[in-house]
Amino acid sequence: MAQARDFSIFTRPQSGGLVTMDLAVEGVSCGGCIRRIENALRLLPGVSEARLNFTNRRLAVTWNPAVTGAGAVVETLERMGYGAHPFTARSGEDEDKRAARQLLRYLAVAGFAAMNIMLLSVSVWSGNVTDITPETRDLFHWLSALIALPAAAYAGQPFFRSAWAALRSRSVNMDVPISLGVVLALGLSVVETMNHAEHAYFESAVMLLFFLLCGRALDRAMRARTRAAAGNLAAYRAATAHKLDAKQQLVEIPAAALKAGDLIVVRPGDRVPADGTVVEGTSEIDESLITGETAGRSTAPGAMVYAGSLNLSGALTLRITAAGQNTLLDEIERLLDKAVTSKSRTVQLADRAARCYAPLVHTAAGLTLAGWLLSGATLHDAMVVAISVLIITCPCALTLAVPTVQVVAAGRLFRSGILLNAGDAIERLAEIDTVVFDKTGTLTLPEPRVANAASVPPDLLRIAARLALSSRHPLALALAREAVDRRPFAGASEQSGEGVRTMIDGVEARLGSQAFCGLADAPVDGKTTASVIAFRFGDRHAVFDVRQTLRPGAEQTIRELAALGLDLRIMSGDRPGAVAPVAAALHLSQWKGGLKPADKVRALEALRAEGRKVLMVGDGLNDAPSLAAAHVSISPITAADLSQAHADAVFLGARLSPVSEAIVAARFALRLMQQNLWLAAVYNVIAVPVAVLGFVTPLIAALAMSGSSLLVTVNALRGRRPPRTERERLPVAEPLVQARWSMP
Amino acid sequence: MSVLVYLVPMALGLGLLGLAAFLWSIRSGQYDDLDGAALRILGDDDIES
Repeated sequence: MAQARDFSIFTRPQSGGLVTMDLAVEGVSCGGCIRRIENALRLLPGVSEARLNFTNRRLAVTWNPAVTGAGAVVETLERMGYGAHPFTARSGEDEDKRAARQLLRYLAVAGFAAMNIMLLSVSVWSGNVTDITPETRDLFHWLSALIALPAAAYAGQPFFRSAWAALRSRSVNMDVPISLGVVLALGLSVVETMNHAEHAYFESAVMLLFFLLCGRALDRAMRARTRAAAGNLAAYRAATAHKLDAKQQLVEIPAAALKAGDLIVVRPGDRVPADGTVVEGTSEIDESLITGETAGRSTAPGAMVYAGSLNLSGALTLRITAAGQNTLLDEIERLLDKAVTSKSRTVQLADRAARCYAPLVHTAAGLTLAGWLLSGATLHDAMVVAISVLIITCPCALTLAVPTVQVVAAGRLFRSGILLNAGDAIERLAEIDTVVFDKTGTLTLPEPRVANAASVPPDLLRIAARLALSSRHPLALALAREAVDRRPFAGASEQSGEGVRTMIDGVEARLGSQAFCGLADAPVDGKTTASVIAFRFGDRHAVFDVRQTLRPGAEQTIRELAALGLDLRIMSGDRPGAVAPVAAALHLSQWKGGLKPADKVRALEALRAEGRKVLMVGDGLNDAPSLAAAHVSISPITAADLSQAHADAVFLGARLSPVSEAIVAARFALRLMQQNLWLAAVYNVIAVPVAVLGFVTPLIAALAMSGSSLLVTVNALRGRRPPRTERERLPVAEPLVQARWSMP
Repeated sequence: MSVLVYLVPMALGLGLLGLAAFLWSIRSGQYDDLDGAALRILGDDDIES
């Protein structure tokens, strides 16, 4: 198809008049692809650099715009069998990358300091029980101070800043006791070194920073991976539009480049890329992604159509309207604002722990100081013991307890095709007791399928499906999904509005309306003719019933969710008559149809007033406010962009099973978090009395701190796999989808 | 104990060398594509395919 394409909004100017474009590349599966892609692109005239990042499947290409263009790059990749999707980094992604590198630098400095101070400390500890001279010990302590003070001042910044911010807003987070512990430990050590004392705590302070930075770096790496995958999926889905330019010629441009007032052509079978009014043409459009309503709506010049609607029958010319001009979106925006502001922010488990922990520890240290002073110790000795209490209780294990589990659980969910948008989604997901499903596109597949495929002779179905590949009609697209042999018949010709025909071995095959195939225009099973497509092959014929079908595995998933003790409901924007059969097929007795977005939010609020914690699973634009209002929410990857942005998690693939899997994994993860918090608490119960009595030496502090951190981390690693009983019950997870989801 | 005069600076120098090398590797983007680096080494640059 020789059609002009314009990707100029994705290019970035470079020095020397060159431009660079980033592409998300689909279908990169092995190491060989790296060379194939890079070499093929470098051979293009004008291309000066091509580099594929295999970790996030992104390609950066630099070329001379005077010689070649983005179209040539994309076409080269497509000819090689890769999907190439121009890509603009979401705002914040560059910022994240810089922050990730900075974190690695902190980690490197803390690691270097921890190792070298440990080298000196081990010498002192072994020297203390043998024959180290006080002069050598002082030298080693001063050397440690020389390394520890600048290293802590540099690598401790993330904690100090966060603690300061919390204190300024008159609250306490976990970074407050960490910062206090580190600063006091370093200060005490310097004072002790000046007094030629036997013990200094430089290694404890720096090791604490090193462990905590390790946890943060892992957490960030996991998030970056999830975000990169989500960004690529968004690029794969990014819509293109066929714009009529000033010379009345069609140019394919990314939908993101459309401006108000542009004229675009939407062909049958395409999704409308932006809101607009119909200028020319009549058609029937499917707005199920927006309202949940599955019956088509007819449009004529002057009518308003919304982005995401599917054009069913005739070509439409639209004039793009400025965003925010239509009443439907306005209402949804208003509801969203309300839902987001009224949502009670749940206090995260780690913060709750910090709120009880910090005052407790600081009181314990204060009491220790007072107790030793009252029993006649000098101020210096009492201070040393009190600070050692703060050091040993420094919440290394406590701060690692929750994030390590989150990282491990998020990684496991990522592998089974669930991308988390919010870090604390796991905790909220574990608490739910009610699940509310949307119907269209959530319980059912987003695209219609042939419902009666099983009752048609297989050979006839095969030929019909292969013939359907030659048509762009939505009903034919549904039939084409059944095709085994995906090569279209040569010589098939489409008669617009009627159907396609071809000759196969001298026999005529026709696919299209019932009249086109010479069949009586009779409804099948009481269905309207709008949802059936007829096929005639010689004297044999069949009528296919195309409609919304349930996601594969939906029934089993619903059974599993019910077995988890959850209350399941359906709230749909579709007609009650269309919801009832789905509810019956899934054995769900509580369902409602014909709900407007505001009705859904009201229903969710009523459920919350009953004290329920609701998981909302939905995809349509009409679900966006309820997704934001629910305790926690999940969307399929095919959902409208606005809905995905407000969901806490997104699942890939056609199956519904990730929903139950996510809940099982989240419940297990919450259990691990609680165990970890208890482990940390038990550690403190043992360590604090030892410290209060003044028995803690730097060696004991180092051992206790590393030991408890290790214990918590190892326990978190158990979250990589579900417990045995749950593993047996769960269906095999679908592999993280590499495939392409094409929008019809 | 005069050996410390040599050994301690040497130990610290080696550590600093490692730190400098790591910081350099971060700056030159070697941690941006961990999976790709493992596969690139298997490609035969010098053989025209």
